[in-house]
Amino acid sequence: MITLTGYSEQISVRPGDRIAFKVSAEDGAAYTADIVRIRCGDTNPAGPGVSETVVDREIGGRHQGRRQVIRTGSCVVADWRPGIAVPESFSLTAMIWPTTPGDGRAQAIISFGSDGSEGGVTLGLDESGRITLWSGASVLAALGRPEKARQWVWVGATFDAASGVAVVFRQPLHPTHDSGATVEQNKVATVPQLEEAPMVIGARLAEVSNGRAVTRGHYNGKIDSPRLACRGLGMEALHVLQHTPLLIGGALLAAWDFARDIPTTTVRDTGANQLHGSTVNLPTRGVTGWNWTAAEMGWPNAPEEYGAIHFHDDDLYDAGWEDDFSYAVPMDLPSGVYAARLRGGADNDQEEYIPFYVRAPLAGPRSDVVFLAPTASYMAYSNFRVGLLGEGAETVCTRLITLQPQDMFLADHPEYGASLYDLHSDGSGVCYSSRLRPDLGMRPKTVRWDGMGSSYMRHFNADSHILDWLEAENFGYDVLTDEDLHREGLACLAPYRCVITGTHPEYYSTAMLDAVRAYSGAGGRLMYLGGNGFYWRIAFSDATPGAIEVRRSAGTRCWDSPAGESYLGFSGEAGGLWRLVGHPPQTLTGVGFAAMGFDRSSPYQRQPDSFDPRAAFIFEGIGADEIIGDFGLIGDGAAGLEIDRASLGLGTPDHALVLATSQWQHSTTYRLTLEDLTFNDPVASGADNGLVRSDLVFFETANGGGVFSVGSIAWCGALAHNGYDNNVSRLTGNVLRRFIQPEGL
Amino acid sequence: MISGAPRITPDDIAFAWEFKAAPFGPHSPGLERILHIMRGQPMAGKLVLIETEPHRAWTLARLTGVASQPVEMLDGPAFTDRADAEWHVFKLRWAAHTGAALEEP
Repeated sequence: MITLTGYSEQISVRPGDRIAFKVSAEDGAAYTADIVRIRCGDTNPAGPGVSETVVDREIGGRHQGRRQVIRTGSCVVADWRPGIAVPESFSLTAMIWPTTPGDGRAQAIISFGSDGSEGGVTLGLDESGRITLWSGASVLAALGRPEKARQWVWVGATFDAASGVAVVFRQPLHPTHDSGATVEQNKVATVPQLEEAPMVIGARLAEVSNGRAVTRGHYNGKIDSPRLACRGLGMEALHVLQHTPLLIGGALLAAWDFARDIPTTTVRDTGANQLHGSTVNLPTRGVTGWNWTAAEMGWPNAPEEYGAIHFHDDDLYDAGWEDDFSYAVPMDLPSGVYAARLRGGADNDQEEYIPFYVRAPLAGPRSDVVFLAPTASYMAYSNFRVGLLGEGAETVCTRLITLQPQDMFLADHPEYGASLYDLHSDGSGVCYSSRLRPDLGMRPKTVRWDGMGSSYMRHFNADSHILDWLEAENFGYDVLTDEDLHREGLACLAPYRCVITGTHPEYYSTAMLDAVRAYSGAGGRLMYLGGNGFYWRIAFSDATPGAIEVRRSAGTRCWDSPAGESYLGFSGEAGGLWRLVGHPPQTLTGVGFAAMGFDRSSPYQRQPDSFDPRAAFIFEGIGADEIIGDFGLIGDGAAGLEIDRASLGLGTPDHALVLATSQWQHSTTYRLTLEDLTFNDPVASGADNGLVRSDLVFFETANGGGVFSVGSIAWCGALAHNGYDNNVSRLTGNVLRRFIQPEGL
Repeated sequence: MISGAPRITPDDIAFAWEFKAAPFGPHSPGLERILHIMRGQPMAGKLVLIETEPHRAWTLARLTGVASQPVEMLDGPAFTDRADAEWHVFKLRWAAHTGAALEEP
């Protein structure tokens, strides 16, 4: 059982930098920390074996472990402004679209004037989903009927200190099925005692700890246009407060407009008091509001119809742990993949790795080759819970779901957050992922239920097969991360003769894709050693570094963004598949996602193009009749898991050589990707549809550059076969040796 | 059960022997039909394996399908071969779907 976890705020450092690590020991036991260079994390007895080198031992001595907590649940927190009188009477209103009313928990919509004890006022939903006004734990007024899920309703509450009367109301906004406008009033026994304290939207304040608001009672669903006034208003005036708040004049305390500053964490108060707030834990912004007409399908074109925020009780951005130790990266530490390796625990059986990347020194020297670690894709899969909760997991993987220690830990720890493949507790898709929390899957030695035998590796650990092969074949290399690429663009790639991708570089921001495209057009050489790459468009935000966002519509996906919500909140760009926004992967790598299957991988058969003199260097030492890759640690073949095909129609350059293909080698469990299906064609499997295949492709690019693509996640699992003496290794090596030569292709 | 819903009957017995011989496929269309029914059951209550030693040992567990609930560990055999585990669970599911234990010859 895992008790030791950690993370670092930094993922990419250079020699001379200092990197800090944050650790939680559930059992409070002591641990030591070594810095290791990672070559291979394959624990499979049939594989090349685990290989790592200790470069610095017992950093900072023995560390006393301590438990650090993670608090999930998103909200908006706005500090009270000193000098503004805390009101005795008040009115609170908002448009709401609750998603789990009556889930047995009290959920706060707006809360203010609380020091976290039992003071303060909260408008929310009670355990059964009824609109309720509380003072501390006391109910001041409540409606008699519960709210329905996913229905817009205008709700609010007032309190008049002079009369001691509290009022709550609801009014449906789309009253086709719900005409139940209701008002309840109540003469209260206890007058709310309010204080200067942060206001919270989507939760209520528990305490302020180390300057950070600790919240509870998190709400699931959307809130739009919350308002606060310092008077107990009548219904007519409440309409004015909701729709034209500035006309309320001096009684207006705050009128928040969530449609402003959508890409940021800022929440703008449009009133004169400027009680601006900030989002906490990345609630979903850029979502349709109560007044969305569907005339526009993205928030940048009609922000006034996107004034809602969707809050979730399980949102998470930054675990916010304190540092436990740090490491000064030596000036002479070679570029590579490293980790803080923690060992300890009450039974001395704990081992945790916190990976990080060391780049080449800014002034060089550099290798000719750079491994571009797909860290955005690692983040997308961070704390992947599909094996625990995802319907269809076993039918897709076609064997028993085989839970690993990281899965068992996640089952016990919902607070560690979810991946971009999971659903929130209210059933909506998780569209943000952050690395400011331990990622139980981004570790050497991890085996996964959604991998294939005999090594069952994916993502970070599977990519160690590439590092292992580079070292075995004596190719020097540097490393870069997706975040380096996003931030620095072409400049970070330009010094290298050849860029090697990971096995599944699936998630790309516009800046990342532009940089790789520019590199390829400027004479760079690209070796795409994976499958289903360059597939989803993502965005980063300067306001929330270390997090990515995806929106999903069409394509092979675990959930759909709701209608009108496929534009990225972080960037305002149309989200979804790169293919559907005009950049199919074929235009960059010659191949693009075709199909996936999880039973076994398949070999490639050479095609006529492989005998073209332009490809002679690739097949040097490989027989004309050789089957390519009928072996491997990921499914016993080189073409498998997620596979890509060439397509002139989707942008494969017409001079590209299709060197080999796995067409007709796959089983019925391999299914054509959904964006290829324009109707419900039952002929869509590896056994009956020729589009289900991986193509091995080479083509020259402008200025002497070149692209070599394998279009298969499983390819690199075949590199180590037979002591690296095999045709997958030979072919890959032939390409790399040519790609690092200065002469143009 | 609603009439016409896919189901497994004792007449499907030949597919059980096919599965035992090759649990990881490739499978005939008839066995695929059986496996889609068995594997397509909801996550709540689904039998899964827990890998207790990497690549070497497995035990049985049951999913809850609920995010905040831990996996339920089950008493049962420890497996040292994935194929044995697949066959063990197939037999449990066969009995649950057909109402009769799978009698091995």
